[in-house]
Amino acid sequence: MLEFFNTLATQSFLQNALLGGILASIGCGLTGSFVVVNRIGYMAGGIAHSVLGGMGIAYYLGLNPFAGALVAALLAAIIIGVIKLKWQHQEDTTIGAIWAVGMAIGIIFISKSDGYNTNLMSFLFGNILIISDEQLFIMLLLDIITIIFVAIFYKQLVAISFDIEFAIVRAINVNLFYLLLLCLIAITVVLLIQVVGLILVIALLTLPAAIAKQYVHSIGMMMLLASVLGMIFTSTGLFVSYEPDLPAGATIILVAGIAYFISSLAKSFIRFK
Amino acid sequence: MTKAAIEITDLNFSIENLSILENINMTIEQGDFAGLVGPNGGGKTSLIKLILGLYKPQSGKISIFGEPVKSQRKAIGYVPQYANFNNDFPISVQDTVLQGRLGVSSCFGRYCREDKVIAQKVMQETEVFDLAQRSIQSLSGGQMQRVLVARALAAEPEIMLLDEPTANIDQRAEKDIFDIFKAINERMTILIISHDIAFVSDYINKVFCLNKTLVCHDSTPVTSDTIHKLYGGHVSEVHHHH
Ligand SMILES: Nc1ncnc2c1ncn2[C@@H]1O[C@H](COP(=O)(O)OP(=O)(O)OP(=O)(O)O)[C@@H](O)[C@H]1O
Ligand SMILES: [Mg+2]
Repeated sequence: MLEFFNTLATQSFLQNALLGGILASIGCGLTGSFVVVNRIGYMAGGIAHSVLGGMGIAYYLGLNPFAGALVAALLAAIIIGVIKLKWQHQEDTTIGAIWAVGMAIGIIFISKSDGYNTNLMSFLFGNILIISDEQLFIMLLLDIITIIFVAIFYKQLVAISFDIEFAIVRAINVNLFYLLLLCLIAITVVLLIQVVGLILVIALLTLPAAIAKQYVHSIGMMMLLASVLGMIFTSTGLFVSYEPDLPAGATIILVAGIAYFISSLAKSFIRFK
Repeated sequence: MTKAAIEITDLNFSIENLSILENINMTIEQGDFAGLVGPNGGGKTSLIKLILGLYKPQSGKISIFGEPVKSQRKAIGYVPQYANFNNDFPISVQDTVLQGRLGVSSCFGRYCREDKVIAQKVMQETEVFDLAQRSIQSLSGGQMQRVLVARALAAEPEIMLLDEPTANIDQRAEKDIFDIFKAINERMTILIISHDIAFVSDYINKVFCLNKTLVCHDSTPVTSDTIHKLYGGHVSEVHHHH
């Protein structure tokens, strides 16, 4: 147990891991709250998984996979958003298609590159222990973009999430804000991939926010609480996984899942007492 | 001459080839307290959504103060028939009412002092001020409807469109809330949908009966004959109980 703290004090990889978890938690608290109240976890899942396509292509071309991820995520967000807004009834199928096709493209390109297995595994499940200083800086940048955007358009984002018809009546450009919200999700997904990998992104995006929702009466408070919970889960997961050498991403999700389970149970227990 | 608050000419509306409204012509003048009545499925909600620009008509024209709806959104307040949101949404009564300030507030970013002052004023008017900090999950149906009225009033509109705002409200409270409408009618035009013709007739100065087409309009006296035509019988005549 002490070993974790000793290493933390001396080794930059573990410091970076802890910091990476904290930075990712900020994004997941802010955006995750909107995913939960809009009930668009499936949509976020589509964006997250299709990202593999972009990562694969970038990796194959020798470019930074995270740049590829960001481009793919934004592209998927816009396609899904436009389809949702124009052809409501086909939403499910389209998201499923984008989800699978994105992954297929990624796997094909990665298989044609060197280091097939290790890279695929780290894209899918993340590797929090190899976050570089540069990546931390990019994460910080993405966090700042998210915070500024949410701070400026908080009331519009809440309004379209709450009652889209009333938002139209109040002259809000709901299509524009809906697309921007999906782009925000895309950015957050990329932010989270290094920490837990793209398969587990949705859990980290939704679980802290879903727990927070059980205790607060405003989206703002929900964001704050979800961010703090995210920080606790990533740090705890990292700590628990370190000595037995468990995969950190999976351990973080397990911690979040257990917390969600306990919180829901406690909540319903209180209600029925 | 002042412009009509709402003017509808030769309006036809259908959804997926199913005709919903046919050949509607109606005028609501500024200061009117107009009632829109008719059977279930008669097209009342559709008509209000057309006025709001939420639906597009196949043909015909709707103008608000002589302009197209899109440029007049600021002037319209809307209380929907059904709440369009999830009841477990984490939001307080005050923040819900503040949403009425969107599109009219002069403040950028967060809601400002002026918005909050107006929200408090309309919450007092609709008697939900004591609930301001409560979450909407905890409200009763009637309290919720008052909150929705407050949200619409917060825009300080010139026209209020109310779609059965008293459906969940008990009879004593219904009278209270209509007295509130009566008071706000001093400063704005009202179009209200209601099933309780007898009750609203004490308040309104104009009635439109809608069953796909306008069966009666403006100031044609509502006789048992028109009601018969509208509902197909078995409805008691309008009683004025002054
Ligand atoms: N989105 C829709 N898709 C298909 N049909 C619709 C839709 N909305 C309304 N309709 C149809 O349009 C007709 C008019 O509906 P509308 O809701 O305007 O009636 P209403 O007069 O408000 O009825 P109520 O008194 O029950 O509220 C109904 O036949 C309804 O089935
Ligand atoms: Mg209706």
